[in-house]
Amino acid sequence: MASQSWSWETELIIPSETGAGKRVLDELLEQLAAHAWPEHDVHGVHLAIEEALVNAIRHGNRSDPDKRVFVNCRLSAECFWIEIRDEGAGFKPEEVPDPTDPDNLEIPSGRGIMLMRAFMSFVEYNDVGNRVVMEKRRVVG
Amino acid sequence: MAAHRRLEVSDVGEVTVVRFVDRKILDEASIQELGSELFALVEQENRGKIILNFSKVDFLSSAALGKLITLDKKVKSRSGKLKLSNIRPEIYEVFAITKLNKLFDIKDDEADALKAF
Repeated sequence: MASQSWSWETELIIPSETGAGKRVLDELLEQLAAHAWPEHDVHGVHLAIEEALVNAIRHGNRSDPDKRVFVNCRLSAECFWIEIRDEGAGFKPEEVPDPTDPDNLEIPSGRGIMLMRAFMSFVEYNDVGNRVVMEKRRVVG
Repeated sequence: MAAHRRLEVSDVGEVTVVRFVDRKILDEASIQELGSELFALVEQENRGKIILNFSKVDFLSSAALGKLITLDKKVKSRSGKLKLSNIRPEIYEVFAITKLNKLFDIKDDEADALKAF
């Protein structure tokens, strides 16, 4: 993470229910607008977080109500940083089949990580695969 | 005809035009419901020429894309045709990144899609 002076930070723990991240997402979208982030970047950040939360809740914690998702995010005028950690067994992102391979185009799942990588400036999983850090540097100009 | 909560369905000749009610197709329950309603158009109502008009939609996650892929398979397996139209640039980018613009027949607007059957 680059050295930044963050103007907004939040940390929260959410249950393993899809939709549980809505409150933080709504707050974040408000903050991105308040920091005058361009619409295209806001859309990309929104999609990446939505995909990462669904992955953590459904695939990581397998929607187990006893498991939680830990979210930590920070925002400045130039940069957005987020860490999402689940309590699942993890996975190996490199083993997810390429959904754009013609043989895989008709498979209805497996596109979330690709969208996260496409829309964020930086996406990195830990070795276990139960924690992802993403960063979006604002496009200037 | 089945009741639709997530879709607005109309007929233009023998073509079924489907518009989405929600601007953001996001949460799991809505996506499941959306999928069921879309699949029923094909499996229960035997509709074979379908246009999905995305004019109202400004957010689509990968889970919703999955439902569209399954719908496309169901339509094709019955020798039907599915076309997508009125996709705004941010959403089209999602189709392009995932190369689903090669799987789906995407037209600029509903009139173009109607002409293409």
